[in-house]
Amino acid sequence: MIASDLTLSPTASRPWKSGLWVSLLALALVAACLMLRSRLPWLSLYPPAWVVPIAAWVNHVSDWVSALLQPICRSFAWMLGGPMAWLRGFLVWLPWPAVALAATLIAYKAQGWRLAAFAVAVVAYLLLTGYWPATMNTMALVILAVPISVIAGFGLGVLAFALPRARAVIEAALDLMQTVPAFAYLIPLLILFGFGPVVGLIASIVFAVPPMVRNTLLGLSQVPPVIKEAGLMSGCTVWQGFWHAEVPTAKPQLLMGVNQTTMAAFSMVIIASLAGGSADIGWEVLSAVRQADFGRSLLSGLVIALVAVLIDRITLGFAKSGEAPASQDSRLSGRRLLAILAAIMLGGLLLRLMAGNADWLAGSVQIINMKALDDAILGLVRDHASLIDSIRNGIISFLMLPVRIGLEKAVTPFTWGLTLTPAGIAFYVLLVAGIALFAAWKWNRQAGLTAIWLGIFLYFGLTTFPWPALMLAAGLLVWRIADARMALAALAALAFALLSGLWLQTMMSIYLCALAVLLCLLFGGAIGLWAAHSDRVSALVRPFNDALQTMPQFVFLIPALMFFKVGELTALIAVMLYAIVPPIRYVEHGLRHVPPHVVEAAVQSGCTPSQLLWLVKLPLALPTIMLGVNQTIMAALSMLAISALVGTRDLGQQVYIALGKADAGLGLTAGLMIALIAMVSDRAIRIWCLKRQAPALRAG
Amino acid sequence: MTPEIDDRPVKLSCRNLWKIFGPDPRGILTAMNGAAGDRMVLKQRLHQSGHLAATIDVNFDIRLGEIFVIMGLSGSGKSTLVRCLSRLIEPTMGEILLGGEDLLTVSKARLIELRRRAMGMVFQNFGLLPHLTVCDNVAFPLRIQGMSETERLSRAKDMIDLVGLNGKEAAFPHQLSGGQQQRVGIARSLAVGPELWFLDEPFSALDPLIRRQMQDEFLRLQRMLQKTIIFITHDIAEAFRLADRIAIMRDGEVIQLGRPADIALKPANDYVADFTEEISLTRVISVADVMTPAGNDVAGLSVKPVSARLMLEELVPQLAAGVSAFPVVDENDRLLGQVAAADIVDILERDRRRRHRA
Repeated sequence: MIASDLTLSPTASRPWKSGLWVSLLALALVAACLMLRSRLPWLSLYPPAWVVPIAAWVNHVSDWVSALLQPICRSFAWMLGGPMAWLRGFLVWLPWPAVALAATLIAYKAQGWRLAAFAVAVVAYLLLTGYWPATMNTMALVILAVPISVIAGFGLGVLAFALPRARAVIEAALDLMQTVPAFAYLIPLLILFGFGPVVGLIASIVFAVPPMVRNTLLGLSQVPPVIKEAGLMSGCTVWQGFWHAEVPTAKPQLLMGVNQTTMAAFSMVIIASLAGGSADIGWEVLSAVRQADFGRSLLSGLVIALVAVLIDRITLGFAKSGEAPASQDSRLSGRRLLAILAAIMLGGLLLRLMAGNADWLAGSVQIINMKALDDAILGLVRDHASLIDSIRNGIISFLMLPVRIGLEKAVTPFTWGLTLTPAGIAFYVLLVAGIALFAAWKWNRQAGLTAIWLGIFLYFGLTTFPWPALMLAAGLLVWRIADARMALAALAALAFALLSGLWLQTMMSIYLCALAVLLCLLFGGAIGLWAAHSDRVSALVRPFNDALQTMPQFVFLIPALMFFKVGELTALIAVMLYAIVPPIRYVEHGLRHVPPHVVEAAVQSGCTPSQLLWLVKLPLALPTIMLGVNQTIMAALSMLAISALVGTRDLGQQVYIALGKADAGLGLTAGLMIALIAMVSDRAIRIWCLKRQAPALRAG
Repeated sequence: MTPEIDDRPVKLSCRNLWKIFGPDPRGILTAMNGAAGDRMVLKQRLHQSGHLAATIDVNFDIRLGEIFVIMGLSGSGKSTLVRCLSRLIEPTMGEILLGGEDLLTVSKARLIELRRRAMGMVFQNFGLLPHLTVCDNVAFPLRIQGMSETERLSRAKDMIDLVGLNGKEAAFPHQLSGGQQQRVGIARSLAVGPELWFLDEPFSALDPLIRRQMQDEFLRLQRMLQKTIIFITHDIAEAFRLADRIAIMRDGEVIQLGRPADIALKPANDYVADFTEEISLTRVISVADVMTPAGNDVAGLSVKPVSARLMLEELVPQLAAGVSAFPVVDENDRLLGQVAAADIVDILERDRRRRHRA
C-alpha cells in the first residue's frame, strides 16, 4: 500500500505523455491570446453586448412562479406566524430561573454534571450580558424550525432511499441548498413569504433540512443486510421491517442528523434576522456589526457560540445515549425528568404570578459590557496608525495587487516605487525560467510547467487575464486534477459566468478565495504541523479553533475592519479567520493518524525527522489533508457573501446588492455562480483523492 | 443407509433450482435450455454474456427431522442456496416444495405467513437488533405476529432458558459475547416453533472452543426438538460432526450428496477426497456401516454388545484387548449382526494410508 503510494506505477505516468503536448499547446494558445489582446479588445474584456440576460429571465420566471405560489406561501407563513409569536411570547414571559433550571437539568440528563455546570455558566453569561430575552426569541425560532426540518428531512431521506431515481434529484438539490449562500435564496423566500420573523424561520428550515436528509439516507443504507434478512425471516411485512428493524438500527445516525439539523438551524439565526427578525440575538449581532462595535458584537457573538456549543453537546449526548441504551438507567430516567420539568414550569408560572413584571425576572439588564475593549482597540489603532497603514499598503501592493491585476500593472512608482522597464521584464522572465528549470530538474516536468503557468499568471494578473486563455487554463487544471468530465463542468461553469455577465465578479471571487485559501494553507498548515508534533501546542490551538468555528461568521468582520478599514484586505482577513481552521485540524489529524507501525518501520530504516515527515507522514496523510483543503475552499466561499459587508467587488457583493433591491434574478444567478465554483472544486478534489487512493486499494 | 431417515416423509424438496445473477437471468436460462448437458460450455456462455451462476440445477429432498448440511468454500453458492430456499433471494428457476406447496409461486402474504409459522433462521453475524434487549430480540418475531405482550414475553423466557441464557434477559446485544449473541439468535429463530430451521454458518464467527460448545449445544437442542434443519458451513469437521447428510457444493453445483460415512469412504472426485482427507474415518463410520449379518457363534461371544450407532473410534481400545468380533444391537437390545475386528483394523489401515499420502 505504501509502495504504491510513493512510486508512480508505469500506467499512471503514461497519460502524462499526451498531457505534456496538451500543456504545451495550451501555453501556445495562451501566449497567442496575450499577444493579440491589444489588437482584439474582446479578448481581455468580454463584450457586454454578448451577455445573455439570465438574471432578467430568472426574474421573469420567478415573477410568474411567485404570482402562482404567493397565496399558498403567504398562508403557510401566516400559519407558522401564530405559533412563532406565541412561543416567543411564552419563552420571554417565563421567568429565567425556571428556564435556566430546566436547561441545566436537560444538560445533566444528556451528559452529566460537567455539561450541567457548563449550562449554568452559559445562563450566567446570558444574564450578565443582558441578552436573555434576545436569546429566548432566538430559541423560539430554533424550537419551531428543528422538528419541521427533522420531519421533512426524514421523509425526503426515506424517499431518496426507497426510490433510486428520486435519490439523484434529491442529492443534487441538497448540494445546491448547501452551497448556494443562504443570502441568495433569502430573496425568493422574501418574495414568496413576505417580510418578518417567519421568513427567517422558513430560511432556517430550508437550510436545516439537508443534514437530516443526508443522515437518514446514510443511516438507512448502512443497516447491515443481515438485519433486514432477520426481519424478513421473522415474518415482517415491508412496513414492519422498516419501522421495527431498519429505522431503530439506523437510529444513532438519525440522531446525528437531528444534532446537525439543530446546529444548522441555529447557525442561520443571524441571516434569519436579516429577513426581518427583531429583538433576537441574530439581530443584536447584526446591529453591532453595522455599528462596527467590536465589543458588543463579540459579546453577542459569544452568546451564539456558547448556546450553540450547549445545544450541540446536549443533542450529541442524547444521540449517544441512544447508541447504548443501557447507560440511561444510571442517571435520571426520562419519565422522572419530564415530571421534574413540569414541576419547574409550574414553579415558574407561580413565580411570574406572584412577582409580576419585576425587572430582575426579565434578565435584560446588561451588567458587563465591552466598552473598555473597544476603547483599547481603537486607542491601539490610533496610536499605531502609521504602522498599520504601512502594513496594509504593503500587503495590498506586494501581494494582493500583483495577484489581482498582475505585475504588469501593479508595479508602478506609486505602489512599488519603481517602473517596470524592459530590463525588469527580462529579469522576471529569466527568474521564472530559472525556477521552472530548477523545478523540472529537482522534481519533474510537471513541476516545471506549473512554475511557468504561475509565472504567467503573476505577470498578467488573474482578473485581467484574457478570458479564453483563462478558461483554457482552468479547464486544463481541472482536467489534470480530476478528469475530462470535471474539466467540461468547469468550462460550463465559467461559460455561465461569461454569459450572465458576472465574469469580472467571478474572477474577483476566485481571486479572493484562492488567495485566502493559499494563505490559510500556508499558515494553517504550519500550525497544524506544529500541533501534530507538540501536545502542548495542540491543546493550546484547540479552543481557538472551536471558537473560530462556532462564532457567527459576521463577527470576524469587525476586528479586521477596526484595523484595516473597509476594503479587500479586511475581507481577505475575515475570510482567512474563518477558513484557517480546517487546514489546522486536518493537517494535525492526518499527521497524527499515520499508522504507528509505518512510522516505526521508517525510523528503523534510518529516516531523519525531516525525511520521516516528507517521505512518509505527508504522503500518507495527503488524502486527509486534501479533505482539509476542500473544507478550506468551502469555508472561504461561504464567507464571500458575508465579507461583502466590508466592501468587496465579487459575487458576494452582487448577492448582497440583490438582497437590498429584492432582485431575485441577480441574487440567484450570483448565488448559483458561487455554488458552481464550490461544486466544481469540491468534486475535482474528491476525484483527485479517489484517483490517488485507487492504486492503494487495488494493491490491498 | 440408515433406514430411519430414508423412511421418513420428505419435508422440503428442491427441484432444478437455478439462481443466475446478471442483466437477463431468465432470458439466458431459457435460451440455454439445450446446453444443460455440458457444464463447462454452459459456464462459459454465462460468463461471456455477463452472467454469474450462483446455484446450478440443484436437486435434493430433505426429510423430516433430518440435519441436512450444505458445505462448501466461500463463493461456492451455499449462502445463495439457503437464501433461495427461504426466498430471501428470488431464484431464477426451479421449484421448492414445502410439504407439497411450491414456495416460489406462493403470494407475498402467504410467504410472510410461512415465515411467521414455519421457518426460523440463524445468521452468521447474528442479525440481532441493537436497540432491543435479549428478551425483546427473542420476542421480536412474536411481536411482529401481534402476540400479546405477556404471552410473548413468557414464550421468550422459555426460549432463553432453553439456550441457557437465563439472567441475561435485560442485557443488550453489545453487552454479550459472540457465543451468547448467537444463543440469542438461536432462541429468536426457535421462538415461533418453526418446522424448518435454517442455520447459515451460525458458528463461523465464533472462537474454536466456543464453536465446539455451541455444536454440542446444537445437537442437544436437536435431540429435544427434532426440527428439520438446513445447516450451512464451510468447516468440514463441523459438517461431519453434525450432519445426517451432507451436500458438498462447488461453483454453484452440488458435487456430492450423501451420509458422512459414504462421502468419506467413496469421495465423488479428487476435490471431495482432498476435502475429507483430514477427517478420521473411524470418527464418521459407524458400527452399522461395517456390520455383517450375525454368525452362529456371535451369541456365544463374551464381549458386551455394542450399539449400531456407535462410531468405530469407540471400539479401538477394546480391539487392543484382543476382541475378535462385537455383537451389534439396536436401542431395544435386539441383536442386529456383528462387527469383525479385522474389518475395523482395515478401516484403521485405510486411515493411516490416507494420512501418509497427505
